[in-house]
Amino acid sequence: METIKTIIINLPYILEGTYITVLLVVGALALGFCIGVPLAVLQVYGNNFIRRIVGLYVWFFRGVPILLLLFLFYFGLFNVIGLNLDALTASGLVLGLASSAYQSQIFRGSIQSLPLGQFKAGSALGMTDGQIIKNVILPQALRLSIPGWSNEFSILLKDSALCFAVGASEIMARAHFVASRTYEYLPLYITAGFLYFLITLVGIRILRSVERRFAIPGYTLSV
Amino acid sequence: MTALLSVKNISLTLGNRKILDNVSLDIHAGELKVLIGPSGAGKSTLLQCINHLIPPNEGEIYLEGKKINTQSNAELCHLRQNVGMIFQDFNLFDHLTALDNICLALIKVHKLSKHEAQKRARKELERVGLANRAGLYPAQLSGGQKQRVAIARALAMQPKILLLDEPTSALDPELVGEVMTVIQDLARGGMPMIMATHQMDFVRSLATEVLFMEHGVIIEKDTPKVLLAEGAKTRTLDFCTKLNIITNTSNEG
Repeated sequence: METIKTIIINLPYILEGTYITVLLVVGALALGFCIGVPLAVLQVYGNNFIRRIVGLYVWFFRGVPILLLLFLFYFGLFNVIGLNLDALTASGLVLGLASSAYQSQIFRGSIQSLPLGQFKAGSALGMTDGQIIKNVILPQALRLSIPGWSNEFSILLKDSALCFAVGASEIMARAHFVASRTYEYLPLYITAGFLYFLITLVGIRILRSVERRFAIPGYTLSV
Repeated sequence: MTALLSVKNISLTLGNRKILDNVSLDIHAGELKVLIGPSGAGKSTLLQCINHLIPPNEGEIYLEGKKINTQSNAELCHLRQNVGMIFQDFNLFDHLTALDNICLALIKVHKLSKHEAQKRARKELERVGLANRAGLYPAQLSGGQKQRVAIARALAMQPKILLLDEPTSALDPELVGEVMTVIQDLARGGMPMIMATHQMDFVRSLATEVLFMEHGVIIEKDTPKVLLAEGAKTRTLDFCTKLNIITNTSNEG
């Protein structure tokens, strides 16, 4: 009885953390998308030099653990350059940068899976490379990217729990805080787990409906 | 008379293989030039070199007597706007309806308003007999319909010349007719065309010149009457006879 009471009393506090987690993940995914798409385009269509630079960027952000990245940027780099960010913003920034590296490879795979003829047809009509990429390649590649992207969403959601370590006040941080104050560890961690579970479910549902909404008639199997 | 389009001394080497070896050709108003030759002869590559979809290693391209500076993207776009291209495998934009496939370049390249673009697109779809398919996506069209949309898309840009790269060879035999009818109408209407094809009836009746290619070189070049005359000792006739035997055998089988 006591346990349930503890959870109910602290639920608003943890739910606020849920809101922060969602904010963090949506922000990081959006940032990762905005950087990841150009990265993918540059890596496919750029010259050797550009491709190498993008390769280095991707290598760096995929090669270092997220937790280390968070410490590196929040306690290290941001301090050195005098960038005074709160824990949440800093976490979103770091998660977003890391995610951009992963997302870029999802998009690159989709771009490269398109038949070469799609680009040629655009060129043959007198369109510029930029117009073709924007109007022909990306609309198709992004559709193909949705299943892979839903993976990135669910992975990033769970990575966001690491931001607890730099003091972002999200689900994990709040559940842990309440647990260590009330000694009700098991029920509170289960509550936190349930919340992650719920966000994943809702997120995947949303992405599924986006996928359906933008499916090309006759082209993709319905999901 | 200045040629509408001339290519001079086009060569292309990939690795140590010469794909095209010093190929030149001109096309004037009202001409229909047909490229014939075995698979791997370089017909497709030549067509794609003409509008620089494949940049040749050497050679020059002239549009209405004016040399195209192939280093300039603007000039290349200008060349391609004037030289329409039909591909063997259609290459319709898979995410756009038949109508939008035609409208896209009209809006982006010719800067037409959406309304004007759609008006012109509908007119072109009507010309290829697909006015009632405007709202369908490529995956919902048959091969023949796809190719007709592709032709409408190229024509909507109002090109001065059309390049056609075996436009019917990816089609089921029963669908070849509907596409050839459209192309015949264009040829009769005087649209200058360079076309790779093995539709011999079409070649005999409408081609102004046949170019026989082998190993990246044009080895024979004359009117179909001369090259395909009965008993002519030409590589073209030899090739086409073999082609006929194969076609007839497969028809019987």
